[in-house]
Amino acid sequence: MSTAITDGWTMTRRNMTHVVRAPEELILYFSLPIMFVLVFGYVFGSGMQVSGGGSYREFLLPGVFVMTMLYGLGATATGVAQDLSRGVVDRFRSMPMARSALMTGRSTADLLRALLEMSTLLICGLLVGWQWRQGVGRALLAVGLLLLLRIAITWVGIYLALLVRNPETVGVIVFPAAFPFTAISNVFVSPELMPSIIGTISEWNPLSATVAAIRELFGNPGLGGDSWPAEHAMLLAVLWPVLLIATFAPLAVRRYQRLSR
Amino acid sequence: MTTFEVVAEGLGKRYGPTRALDTFDLTVPAGTVHGLLGPNGAGKTTAVRILTTLLRFDTGRASVAGYDVLRRPDEVRARIALTGQYAAVDEILSGRQNLELFGRLFRLSSREARRRAAELLERFGLDEAAGRSAGEYSGGMRRRLDLAASLIRTPRVLFLDEPTTGLDPRSRNQVWDLVRGLVADGTTVLLTTQYLEEADQLADRISVIDAGRVVAEGSPDQLKAMTGGDRIEVVVRDAAELAHAGRIVAAICGAQPELDPTVRRLSVPVLDRVAGLVDVVRGLDDAGVAVEDVGLRRATLDEAFLHLTGHRPDDTREPVGAGRKADLA
Ligand SMILES: Nc1ncnc2c1ncn2[C@@H]1O[C@H](COP(=O)(O)OP(=O)(O)OP(=O)(O)O)[C@@H](O)[C@H]1O
Ligand SMILES: [Mg+2]
Repeated sequence: MSTAITDGWTMTRRNMTHVVRAPEELILYFSLPIMFVLVFGYVFGSGMQVSGGGSYREFLLPGVFVMTMLYGLGATATGVAQDLSRGVVDRFRSMPMARSALMTGRSTADLLRALLEMSTLLICGLLVGWQWRQGVGRALLAVGLLLLLRIAITWVGIYLALLVRNPETVGVIVFPAAFPFTAISNVFVSPELMPSIIGTISEWNPLSATVAAIRELFGNPGLGGDSWPAEHAMLLAVLWPVLLIATFAPLAVRRYQRLSR
Repeated sequence: MTTFEVVAEGLGKRYGPTRALDTFDLTVPAGTVHGLLGPNGAGKTTAVRILTTLLRFDTGRASVAGYDVLRRPDEVRARIALTGQYAAVDEILSGRQNLELFGRLFRLSSREARRRAAELLERFGLDEAAGRSAGEYSGGMRRRLDLAASLIRTPRVLFLDEPTTGLDPRSRNQVWDLVRGLVADGTTVLLTTQYLEEADQLADRISVIDAGRVVAEGSPDQLKAMTGGDRIEVVVRDAAELAHAGRIVAAICGAQPELDPTVRRLSVPVLDRVAGLVDVVRGLDDAGVAVEDVGLRRATLDEAFLHLTGHRPDDTREPVGAGRKADLA
């Protein structure tokens, strides 16, 4: 167990060194959240209705936070696929290191990266007039839920990479795979305003749970709906990610062990 | 009693219809160098990947350093090192960072890992390039870094899959010296190669493999002897006398010589080299056959290889780094 932690941390540091040595990627870390806030906040931000009233921009930003977490999927999956396509994975696999370290190292490094993105997002948000209205404690809780979602997405990404293997293919399929989850959710529009079936799907979408929960914690507008998922957003925002981790982490580890077939 | 550091019994591995290994057997005594010699696609890399716990197999049994590779892979991994056919280093990290990373994963303290990295960088002539990304290294430098990574901790069994392919002669000699040094310190080495000279130079014993099977095994000298050992070659002045000369030589040596009329040459295996040569020259002279040239030729491993597998060892190589994706699947 302790070796799993030591080795996982060694691999985390390796992944972070990659960022330092290939700083192009760091620009992406910062530019994507900034772009999201600006484009969605200003281009779509005016003239849209929020059910229950309030500023659309303030409604939208929690959705953009969640969306940024989701698009971390691409970075995670390509990172893992690149590792697998390179010879170095053979060395890792022939060494007496913890089997989980390659994956936990990736997951931890990506979580640290998400922290960086989160800080950028919060600052950009404040600059465009978004704010938290329920105190720092609840705001931190909201950030915690976002990071929990990010961990879940990391494991989905690791599994995806192990399944697909080819880094180019991974790069190509990530966006089409992730986009529907943001489109059919409460990120841009309240589900009550959608056709009924789509609305129901949106409400059960794991992303929607986190979005609804953090809107509540930040005190941003757009709460609403009297459906079960809308009323239990907080619970679902914890349950969904935990469920995803409990499913995809073991799947990924098994898949990694089966590389030897 | 001899302990065997590598044992494979009846290993079989299929990829779809391809039998990459087919009842492959191998035993390597402790402290020796064993060469696996075979043409492209013979199954060398497959064997090495199985023995280093990277690849599962379908049939048979294998153990390394006394541990079953399937059931106790962690025990095996703790005692081996592998330098694969394609350099297994992190291409983004610098040479130094690579060695420190692997050192840490071998559970060295960070100070110890730094010290060991510096030592190995110097020993492998990489200290000047230590700060550059391994991805920017030349093929030869990357191989040396890969070898250095295998030696962070002295392994009990070292696997080298074509360790000198793509190296210049100087680096090749360095690698050979290194292997000799390790063996002197007690490491057992399993080496695959397509260079017969390399096998001849380094290996105590050689397995010639073809189509996933061991077709011959022995010391380099034994393998050479299998093709008939040393031969006497005679070139006669007049092609018309070749058959006559052949009969005389057959009577002296007790073996039927091969005749090659186009170059007026006959060649015959001999056991007692010098005495045989003297007898043949005298016999032909007595019979009045005019001889243009006569000589003793040592059998080469090259001939042994051709004789055993029907192929020349193939030197058409893929560029280093290409093609390993398929290898992983
Ligand atoms: N992942 C794979 N999928 C399908 N076939 C494979 C795979 N890996 C190896 N093979 C096949 O198995 C056989 C043995 O391959 P292997 O790589 O072990 O040969 P080798 O002796 O190392 O050759 P080389 O000298 O070219 O490195 C070949 O026919 C090869 O095509
Ligand atoms: Mg090979």
